[in-house]
Amino acid sequence: MSAAFSSVRAIRRPGSFAGEKHSPPVASSKFASDFLGCAGRLPFGALSVSIRPRSARRRGLSSVVAVSDVVKEKKLKRSSSSSDLLITKEEGLELYEDMVLGRTFEDMCAQMYYRGKMFGFVHLYNGQEAVSTGFIKLLKQEDCVVSTYRDHVHALSKGVPARAVMSELFGKTTGCCRGQGGSMHMFSKEHNLLGGFAFIGEGIPIATGAAFTSKYRREVLKESDCDHVTVAFFGDGTCNNGQFYECLNMAALWKLPIVFVVENNLWAIGMSHLRATSDPQIWKKGPAFGMPGVHVDGMDVLKVREVAKEAIGRARRGEGPTLVECETYRFRGHSLADPDELRDPAEKARYAARDPIVALKKYILENNLASEAELKAIEKKIDEIMEDSVDFADASPLPPRSQLLENVFADPKGFGIGPDGRYRCEDPKFTEGTAHV
Amino acid sequence: MLSILRRKATAGGSDAVLLRERLRKSCAPATTRLQGYATAAKEMMVRDALNTALDEEMSADPRVFLMGEEVGEYQGAYKVSKGLLQKFGPERVVDTPISEAGFTGIGVGAAYYGLRPVVEFMTFNFAMQAIDQIINSAAKTNYMSAGNISVPIVFRGPNGAAAGVGAQHSQCYAAWYGSCPGLKVLAPYSSEDARGLLKAAIRDPDPVVFLENELMYGERFPVSAEALDSSFCLPIGKAKIEREGKDVTITAFSRMVGLSLEAAEILAKEGISAEVVNLLSIRPLDRPTINASVRKTNRLVTVEEGFPQNGVGAEIGMSIIEDSFGYLDAPIERITGADVPMPYAANLERMALPQTEDIVRAAKRVCYRSLPMTATA
Repeated sequence: MSAAFSSVRAIRRPGSFAGEKHSPPVASSKFASDFLGCAGRLPFGALSVSIRPRSARRRGLSSVVAVSDVVKEKKLKRSSSSSDLLITKEEGLELYEDMVLGRTFEDMCAQMYYRGKMFGFVHLYNGQEAVSTGFIKLLKQEDCVVSTYRDHVHALSKGVPARAVMSELFGKTTGCCRGQGGSMHMFSKEHNLLGGFAFIGEGIPIATGAAFTSKYRREVLKESDCDHVTVAFFGDGTCNNGQFYECLNMAALWKLPIVFVVENNLWAIGMSHLRATSDPQIWKKGPAFGMPGVHVDGMDVLKVREVAKEAIGRARRGEGPTLVECETYRFRGHSLADPDELRDPAEKARYAARDPIVALKKYILENNLASEAELKAIEKKIDEIMEDSVDFADASPLPPRSQLLENVFADPKGFGIGPDGRYRCEDPKFTEGTAHV
Repeated sequence: MLSILRRKATAGGSDAVLLRERLRKSCAPATTRLQGYATAAKEMMVRDALNTALDEEMSADPRVFLMGEEVGEYQGAYKVSKGLLQKFGPERVVDTPISEAGFTGIGVGAAYYGLRPVVEFMTFNFAMQAIDQIINSAAKTNYMSAGNISVPIVFRGPNGAAAGVGAQHSQCYAAWYGSCPGLKVLAPYSSEDARGLLKAAIRDPDPVVFLENELMYGERFPVSAEALDSSFCLPIGKAKIEREGKDVTITAFSRMVGLSLEAAEILAKEGISAEVVNLLSIRPLDRPTINASVRKTNRLVTVEEGFPQNGVGAEIGMSIIEDSFGYLDAPIERITGADVPMPYAANLERMALPQTEDIVRAAKRVCYRSLPMTATA
């Protein structure tokens, strides 16, 4: 149950961080931005204290963990024979393809935006692919994903075709939401992608509700095989919003099958996480509500995948929620309209060196899981998919006038009764889009 | 700026001095707003008008402070608070975490206890997370406490649609806030409006909801020397006649004033003289000015960006029926946004918002210059 988490050495952190000089020796001025990046790089034996708060032990829950060390330990202890690797060849290629798809898609979005084909707010996911791929590739079609406005790659990982997402961004009627939603509002019933929300924190209660439904179906509707899990993605800024805490409480209280994934990229537009949060370690907020809190290196897809397996497994077995904090970074600004002047170039360079796609490629090649040629073939395939999706989106028609009034209601009688005594939605002018609105 | 006014005082006699004194004392409404002072060719963007207004009010009263997301180091999400952190420091220009309900409540509490906060919402859509604090803690308190606690707070931010930002970023909240007793709701159009109304709002002892518009921030308007004076402020509750006319009254606020003025130009070429009324104040609504205008022209078209049902136009229409029914020569027309959440696709968004042609067509309809059947949106 909690065995996997409890075998891990927990790392204790002192109370305040900014500027505090503490071993491991890191210059205090850099500590503030480095401390989260230290988790995976601490030498073993330094500053490791095992912590099991009494209350957690009573409930049999593990709490404080830094799982990145588990993976490192496992790798060091074992020899690097292929049977002990974290992934098989097929899995490796699948992960690689998914991350390259995400990266290439986002780069194409930037190009299209500057050419005027996309408009409004566009938030790109470059650099964070490991989190999306690491979690979503372990899910089934029936499992739900809820995201924020930075949702293109979550949609792609969940299985929404690149064509549909690109058309949606162009505002064409062939998009996954018929051009009505846009960049920030990707929805797909078929793939159980429940959005796409512009307000941060708004998606968390929605995800908790999807998890509630899953439990309800199993227990009230007696669908005994319904073990669907929901994964909610959101950022560090969201962790200061009240809805986050309300949902942590209720999810733990009712043992809902949900995983809360924090994509901590240290910045909320121009607000540094450390300036906005009294205790910047988000994983600690899990145990406060009675669920495990896990911190993982979000730039390494294999580490994320290991943690995800545990967390999703817990949820599927009915053991309740988990809070996973992924330390990650967005290589581009908050959105394509953000001048990105406040972030230190040295910080950006440090994280660029930990590019998750480069890291996975290195792992695959070093462990002889696949050849360079096979990876190149994947990249070529993705390029073709990208070109096809742009061509498809370009060629697709704009929504017709009649679409303006569609989809406001599931039952359009909500538009009321017209002057002739019949429902307005039955008026042919209404459906053609020529009625008075 | 003051030196210009001093020169005016000595040269132009006592009129300029009297006007300045009246404005400084109480922002009491002048009976006619003199537009003749706009002889100076200086132009100012709306964003700079708001910035200078905040700057001057914060300099004048140390109890005024600005709070919101990205207002400090980022220089404002739309650069309205540019330079203020550098000038006033982090205690007076407070960058908040993303906790709307929390920081709005903190602002209201600070106002209860003696400070004069200006709370910025990145857009008024996000204020929905804090609307409990705005209505229940700010608007209703002076009444519930029978005057014990007054709430001198300003809630400001962009309102209404921008360009292609989707359903959750594009709603207009003028009608929602305009229906609440205890609130004052302002919606400037030009830079002078923005400056004057924001200064008045900050000096006002009651909660003020100040609805800006993202697309207007970059627009330039000429400003008079009088408007650049640090004591300049406009009266709350007075509408402004932007353009005089005699055939039809068009009321609008915020960005729609611009579209209405364009429509008036087009109508003038076709022989219809339209009077454009810039509401400026949604609550309290300047009913006398609107009624006087309709009594003169006998026809009314109301224009707004928000949803049609229970909108600002509905209230104005009813006010005319109550006070000036006998003066109407045609039914009242209201031009509003479409009765749908804002679509993302560019062509659908254009259809969902009022365009100049819609205002022209409506004006012609009330002047019976077109066929009297329901026309396209």
